[in-house]
Amino acid sequence: MGWAIALHGGAGDIPLSLPPERRLPREAALRHCLGIGIAAFKAHKHPLDVAELVVRELENHPNFNAGRGSVLTNSGTVEMEACIMDGKTKKCGAVSGLTTVVNAISLARLVMEKTPHIYLAFEGAEAFAREQGLETVDSSYFITPENIERLKQAQEAHRVQIDYTQPVQKEVKNGAANADGDSQIGTVGCVAVDSEGNLATATSTGGLVNKMLGRIGDTPIIGAGTYANHLCAVSATGRGEAIIRGTVARDVAAVMEFKGLSLKEAAAYVVDQVPRGTTGLVAVSSTGEVAMPFNTTGMFRACATEDGYSEIAIWDSPSK
Amino acid sequence: MGGWAIAVHGGAGVDPNLPKERQEEGMRLLGRCLDVGISALRSNIPAIDVVELVVRELETDPLFNSGRGSVLTENGTVEMEASIMDGPKRRCGAVSGLTTVKNPISLARLVMDKSPHSYLAFSGAEEFAEKQGVALVDNEYFITENNVAMLKLAKEVNSIVFDYRIPAPGTVGCVVVDKEGRCAAATSTGGLMNKMRGRIGDSPLFGCGTYACELCGVSCTGEGEAINRSTLAREVAAVMEYKGLNLHEAVDFVIRNRLDEGKAGLIAVSKKGEVVSGFNTTGMFRGCATEDGFMEVGIW
Repeated sequence: MGWAIALHGGAGDIPLSLPPERRLPREAALRHCLGIGIAAFKAHKHPLDVAELVVRELENHPNFNAGRGSVLTNSGTVEMEACIMDGKTKKCGAVSGLTTVVNAISLARLVMEKTPHIYLAFEGAEAFAREQGLETVDSSYFITPENIERLKQAQEAHRVQIDYTQPVQKEVKNGAANADGDSQIGTVGCVAVDSEGNLATATSTGGLVNKMLGRIGDTPIIGAGTYANHLCAVSATGRGEAIIRGTVARDVAAVMEFKGLSLKEAAAYVVDQVPRGTTGLVAVSSTGEVAMPFNTTGMFRACATEDGYSEIAIWDSPSK
Repeated sequence: MGGWAIAVHGGAGVDPNLPKERQEEGMRLLGRCLDVGISALRSNIPAIDVVELVVRELETDPLFNSGRGSVLTENGTVEMEASIMDGPKRRCGAVSGLTTVKNPISLARLVMDKSPHSYLAFSGAEEFAEKQGVALVDNEYFITENNVAMLKLAKEVNSIVFDYRIPAPGTVGCVVVDKEGRCAAATSTGGLMNKMRGRIGDSPLFGCGTYACELCGVSCTGEGEAINRSTLAREVAAVMEYKGLNLHEAVDFVIRNRLDEGKAGLIAVSKKGEVVSGFNTTGMFRGCATEDGFMEVGIW
């Protein structure tokens, strides 16, 4: 058994008609980040380092809803959150409400390793970042024109929405899906396992377009959007509330343990239990299996295993 | 259906040398809160309302670590958090980083019922509280002499407290199953004595400190890290769901096998009207009552 890695750039209502100028940069980014992860494993880095590295890259890419490129709150600002977990020890670190920290996932890692706590948020988290000398910038760094536009649309439609929502006209047709005002989130994540079965997961996000200030989603909630133990590592994406209610990340491991299902079966089972159109996840097991199921239209994803297999996809078969 | 059932807790991990009068004070308060819950259940008030009512009582009384009486951050201030979860559709609401909201659990309820989100924190949560018109007070209101003294002690031994040298009051919680078999859970806390500013514990995290679904309602207390790593509250429901254990077996299994070196306790009810508590700490302030007239309050 060799190492394995899987990453995602968000699940959602990604239209099949996504124009090339929006699709190609994201595919390239996935390829690039996958490459970073593969190189890290080839250099014998620990899965925690691999997962953090890959998520940092995804955060730095402006095309995904994390770090630079994070969606905006109802006040036009960013509030970022992230979470990292080590499968072997079940140590974890989470952060929320970040406005100046360039790489939220790295701060989450520092919370895990340098504090007696697991979760720091808002001003307290920002103060800790400065104490640790982590890179911080002016908030405007994270804001992209695409997201300003998305916020404008959402506010015009009085909606809190997904970052992959199609332009307003098409939305009217899909109106029912967004009728309750809450929508799916993008989010980025990476799961990794080395040849010894050490597992790690990392997730990072800007949250929901037009979200209220102070809103926290599923990403930093252990067991909801992020979870790892000795069996598997999971990172979820989609509609925060559904993921929280379904304790999605935790349940994949629980189903493996209590029902004896394989990773693929367990992951598919869990995604099947949550409402259609709300959830996707990437997962790896201690034996090197990879699963990337989703019940949304699409999920930006990529994976690779030591034997040379690799894959980058957006739509296609949801039964993977 | 087995009738209604209710359980409350005031924290796991109790100093075995806690003066008798403090023990009795705690038990009296839990008894009083149980009575509030019992009256409500007898008036057919739904589980979700009962847990909120009871936790409000616990927050208002300065004895335990929630609302007034919350332990202090390293800066000597109070930062409170709470969560509430409604079993039937697993709707949930949570808040963190509150400094002026008199009853955090009620704000958590409003997040669940009146916002498009599940969890609001810090100034965003305070803003929401203002808009909702909930009772707001100065941070000083929550601070008790006892806790000021304890913070001083904690700083002297330079510890984040979970040790008996400095017996800190505990998180509070309530779980209820009503006559219709609906389960609900609510937890509220000031967190850890001498915690870093911005620190969030297990209490507001669904699946960790609080959880409710069709099968059961669970509220945990103890070492936040241990509770989060073991996703303790969800674990009880997961073994019931996936292993077919009943509530007693589930709580037993989870406390025995999931906490590793961590110290924690929990209370739980099932839709069948069962009520159970479990803890691997020395003591847990707790009480429970069932429709058939049974009632009990205890620590050890």
